[in-house]
Amino acid sequence: MATKAKGKASGKKSSETRLIPIYIMGKKYEVPETLTILTAMEYAGYRHIRGCGCRGGICGACATVYRLSGEYRLKFGLACQTVVAPDMYLAQIPFVPANKAIYDIEKLTPDINSIGRIYPDLYRCLACNTCSKACPMGISVMDYVQALLKGDIAGCARLSHSCTMCGICALRCPAELQQFHMAMLARRLYGRYLQPRARHLEKRVKQIKEGKFDSMMDAIMSLNNHELKRRYARREWEPESYENPDWQPEETKYLILD
Amino acid sequence: MAEGQAIGYPPGLKELIQAVEHTRPERLARVKANQHFPRLTRKEGEKVLKSYHPDYKPGGRRKLRVGANKSEILANEVADLLESYSRIDPDAFDDRLKKPDYETDVLILGGGGAGAVAALFARQNGLRVVIATKLRHGDSNTVMAEGGIQAADRPFDSPYHHYLDTMGGGHFTNNPYLVKALTMDAPLIIRWLEDLGVMFDKDKAGNMIELKGGGICRRRMHSSADMIGAEIMRVQRDEIRNHPKEIQVLEFSPAVELLIDETKAVSGAILYNLETREYSVVKARAVIMATGGFGRLHIQGFPTTNHYGATGDGLVLAYRAGVPLVNMRYAQYHPTGTVFPEQNFGLLITEKVRTLGAQFINMHGQEFAHPLEPRDVASSCIIRECMERNGRIVTPTGHYGVWLDTPMIDLLWGKGTVEKELSAKYLQFKRYGIDISTEPIIVYPTLHYQNGGLEINEWGATRVPGLFAAGEVTGGIHGDNRLMGNSLLDIHVFGRRVGIKVSEFIKARKKGKRLSLSHLRSYHADLRKTGVKTKRVAPILLPDYVHRSAPACPHKF
Ligand SMILES: Cc1cc2nc3c(=O)[nH]c(=O)nc-3n(C[C@H](O)[C@H](O)[C@H](O)COP(=O)(O)OP(=O)(O)OC[C@H]3O[C@@H](n4cnc5c(N)ncnc54)[C@H](O)[C@@H]3O)c2cc1C
Ligand code: SF4
Ligand code: SF4
Ligand code: FES
Repeated sequence: MATKAKGKASGKKSSETRLIPIYIMGKKYEVPETLTILTAMEYAGYRHIRGCGCRGGICGACATVYRLSGEYRLKFGLACQTVVAPDMYLAQIPFVPANKAIYDIEKLTPDINSIGRIYPDLYRCLACNTCSKACPMGISVMDYVQALLKGDIAGCARLSHSCTMCGICALRCPAELQQFHMAMLARRLYGRYLQPRARHLEKRVKQIKEGKFDSMMDAIMSLNNHELKRRYARREWEPESYENPDWQPEETKYLILD
Repeated sequence: MAEGQAIGYPPGLKELIQAVEHTRPERLARVKANQHFPRLTRKEGEKVLKSYHPDYKPGGRRKLRVGANKSEILANEVADLLESYSRIDPDAFDDRLKKPDYETDVLILGGGGAGAVAALFARQNGLRVVIATKLRHGDSNTVMAEGGIQAADRPFDSPYHHYLDTMGGGHFTNNPYLVKALTMDAPLIIRWLEDLGVMFDKDKAGNMIELKGGGICRRRMHSSADMIGAEIMRVQRDEIRNHPKEIQVLEFSPAVELLIDETKAVSGAILYNLETREYSVVKARAVIMATGGFGRLHIQGFPTTNHYGATGDGLVLAYRAGVPLVNMRYAQYHPTGTVFPEQNFGLLITEKVRTLGAQFINMHGQEFAHPLEPRDVASSCIIRECMERNGRIVTPTGHYGVWLDTPMIDLLWGKGTVEKELSAKYLQFKRYGIDISTEPIIVYPTLHYQNGGLEINEWGATRVPGLFAAGEVTGGIHGDNRLMGNSLLDIHVFGRRVGIKVSEFIKARKKGKRLSLSHLRSYHADLRKTGVKTKRVAPILLPDYVHRSAPACPHKF
């Protein structure tokens, strides 16, 4: 692709860094080619208020839409995770209008009817796959929507786990679904109802409430610093499970075994 | 996805990787035989800390001249923050304070995890809540947490061991009462999260799949792939939005000053709308400070893992109101910040990578430290390896670090483990043509966590009536060095405790009549009296990266 780099000395980056032209909302700026959209905007003089959160690809604040000069495709990405390219025309999406439904998670049943009642737009999916193509996390959005349609809440929960809730899928959907809110509900139903509860955890909560650890805690809190340090240095180390799955602790005085 | 070039490691680095590959089979065999690089003894650990930890060295710090911690030696960046004037002129607010824009039972400053938990419990106790936050609800350090959350809930583990690990990790400078609360409440918290519908990594029977972490003697880390923070944060945000009548969220509205009443109890705050640039006054019967950490102050010039809004605002606001700071001497530098690709500079590589078996390897292919030393010790070992032992790897742009040998993970646990257990990290590197399941990563310490902060008691109350605090903004729980998985835990334990306690406080509290900024006036007077000559204002709210980039590694060769 033709570049219009001018090699203007910037004094801010090492002289090897090539400057390339990008267009922020139509206005041209020359920026180092190694920057992400997020940092290129700052280099150009923008101070982010919206459109910038974690700066690390997980919060979904920085949804950005862009097109490369001469290309027909409209592309989407996270500004903090997308490197600029020559002749990139871009605009950040400051906010995605979407309606999160209100529900009482304790009163729901983990089935498709719950989700279909709360988000009836689910049934409008045309299976066009536009959403999956746009998702900056590489999630098969259509597949998780289709999983829901088949009543597979666990499948939807697992497929959507890395969703940042950036909302790009919902902006792209021709059937106007709000996929990421449905997936949110699916994950909560899965976590609360469908994944089996941790019984060892329940037991431990009960032991604590019954005061079974109180005397151990009193004992360790009454130690002088010297003795505390000694015990710390002599802790018995549990191996990782790949090392010795059948490990048994030698010291059991501060455990509750049954 | 990633639009630009940057396809994988350049030839020079690829060549260096060969040395890592060369020693890998032998290292693998040793790990499988349960033979590890020896951990440093406490004395040896202290020695590396003294020589290489960025905050143990002299320099970069100075004596504070004002407030409750006067005369204490703090990082220049923290001292700068505290020795600053307000963004507002108190006189300009005399009239506005008479007509608050909002009135509520509890005002929570900060919409991260600590704020969310406090809000949910305050609501449960019948209170009306306003959460004011700087960016969007959930744009926080919480959402970024990758590795896990601790709780001693397996039969071969107990709060006793959790307590011991936490105290030792903090070099025994922690407040024991806070550590007791932390470790004893932990299982309860995980249970509460299960009820909310958080997806944890479990086996088929529902048992939690738990791993170890640096300085932790039992498997105790609960996870959700490598994005436990995002999973927890989005569930809590979803739950808060299920209660719009009782919990109101004001986004892009950071607090710039606390308000007190005639009895000197904290009674509200002044917010600043970042978009309209207008101020508003909130009157509340109690305030909870949950503004998180200070990574974006770039202590000692380090890059950071923290979110955009982590500028330590809560420290200076509460300090002006009279709350002392504890354990503020040493910041936490996480051993494994990304060095290459440059676009991800300073971003975190979760400790889970090492709990799964990745090792620290120098340029010559040699392992040089136990993978799970406490964080401050591990960071110091890396700095030593780079500065003194000639083990550093240098990138084409002159940055340096050591290898983190991630391909060990699939070799130990089976193919596909990296992609499944570290899905977010895997994608983050894949975007730049690096497959971390077969290629190692270059890492160097990065500023990660505040460690200390506002003094609180075991119910999250500060010394100033009406002001509570929870989360990274507080100090004393972790002493001088926090362990992995204890911070997500503390925001829950103390978020919950504050949410419960605040309702008791409010019931007993006398109704204040007059809002005032008199504490700010006296702080300003103090600054002038002690001869602090500066035009600095704080809180800074957002870091300034205009026309430049965020800092890279400060160590020069
Ligand atoms: C990359 C990363 C990975 C981590 N991984 C782990 C892990 O695996 N396990 C673990 O236990 N811990 C981990 N931590 C630490 C942990 O995530 C944080 O310490 C913890 O979540 C802090 O929670 P918080 O609610 O106190 O602060 P935050 O979650 O940061 O929330 C504070 C909120 O307050 C807002 N705010 C700031 N200033 C103001 C103001 N003036 N007015 C109003 N609002 C304001 C912020 O914008 C933010 O939304 C990690 C941290 C990072 C950065
Ligand atoms: S599924 Fe939708 S909301 Fe989630 S990351 Fe992908 S595009 Fe964004
Ligand atoms: S874009 Fe909308 S209609 Fe198309 S597959 Fe995705 S959810 Fe279905
Ligand atoms: S700023 Fe959070 S995803 Fe980009």
